[in-house]
Amino acid sequence: MALDKNGIAQRIAQELKNGWYVNLGIGIPTLVANYIPQGIEVEFQSENGILGMGPFPFDGEEDADLINAGKQTITTVPGASFFDSATSFAMIRGQHVQLTVLGAMEVSQNGDIANWKIPGKMVKGMGGAMDLVASAENIIVAMMHSNKVGESKILKACTLPLTGVGCVKKVVTELAVLEIKDGKFHLIERAPGVSVEEIISKTEGDLVVPDVVPEMHFD
Amino acid sequence: MNKVVKNVEEALVGIQDGMTLMLGGFGLCGIPENSIGHLVKLGTKNLTCISNNAGVDDFGIGLMLQAKQVKKMISSYVGENDEFERQMLSGELEVDLIPQGSLAERCRAGGAGIPAFFTPAGYGTEVAEGKEVRVFNGKPHILESALTADFAIVKAWKGDTEGNLIFKAAARNFNPMMAMAGKITVAEVEELVPAGTLDPNHIHTPGIFVQRIFQGEKFEKRIEQRTVRKND
Repeated sequence: MALDKNGIAQRIAQELKNGWYVNLGIGIPTLVANYIPQGIEVEFQSENGILGMGPFPFDGEEDADLINAGKQTITTVPGASFFDSATSFAMIRGQHVQLTVLGAMEVSQNGDIANWKIPGKMVKGMGGAMDLVASAENIIVAMMHSNKVGESKILKACTLPLTGVGCVKKVVTELAVLEIKDGKFHLIERAPGVSVEEIISKTEGDLVVPDVVPEMHFD
Repeated sequence: MNKVVKNVEEALVGIQDGMTLMLGGFGLCGIPENSIGHLVKLGTKNLTCISNNAGVDDFGIGLMLQAKQVKKMISSYVGENDEFERQMLSGELEVDLIPQGSLAERCRAGGAGIPAFFTPAGYGTEVAEGKEVRVFNGKPHILESALTADFAIVKAWKGDTEGNLIFKAAARNFNPMMAMAGKITVAEVEELVPAGTLDPNHIHTPGIFVQRIFQGEKFEKRIEQRTVRKND
């Protein structure tokens, strides 16, 4: 069965390594914080100027001066720090943040990503996404494999305006874990009960399929 | 050097139609709300506003948009308000969208005497159109120019009579870089104290970057997305 959004987040959380600083985008990526594997310690960066972001505050304890990049009230964990936006993006551009997880509207087999603009619709802006994708060494995209009318979002080439070029190395969808290398998608894992045929049929880009595709494993 | 002005009226003297203003804040967090309120009263027009966001319909820069005071917005993420969308789609409002890290660095560069810098952000996208590309360490970068403003208006938690500023939590955001990049920088603070009260070790923005400082009359500090967990 295809994963739900929490399942995608839980699978991405398995990629976390001890001691990493991690930037989570808005949407499914935010949910990754709920599934940090036992024994793994990571610290979350919020690009508006926080390292060591904690959970939402208890009712009545919210602070207007303490929000995340999605403008939600949050808390900090012991050892947290605050800084200005230039310092924040120095961390990102300077590759001091080990993992970036973000959503996408489209990805292509050469690692391009589009997630900020649909021509003809209201454009809200790229926020920090272009800085994040241009600089991060390790980017995981959390997204749905196809759109609401069933068209693949895993493409030979993006059709929407790009956020970054050649930057995505791993994609986790409700159906599969894909790696991008040598200009192709590589099928690494499939969601429990999802067939390789279904993944092939919903992937428009070139897909390399090994003889055996393991199922994702959840504890 | 004493930077104290009596009130918001005195702090904003000299702001004229057609000027470029920087306004600190991220969303509604750390915005100079007293100054924005007074700018609306002044009715100054044709302003170019450099700010990460554009407020909501009835708060922040949204109030200046309602009063049709803004000619151009330079931001990284906008459109959390209907009036902004209406003016943008009708062509009344010019909008220049910039990657957030480039926006922060362009303000910092403007204040630091760096006319331009190369960044990888936006390479290969429409942000790079018309910009010089150079390869460093095998990776393409685009040339981004510095930003400065006639007035930078920032908001701090505490400030002293010398203009030294301390920000609180995530309300720091763009305020320190914008303070550096204003020809005249106005700081509105929640608490104004005599020089010598703040520990010099704890100053975030040194007073050299601030020309005018005042204590804001009242701070609403509105929350855009109130998110809480259940007490259990």
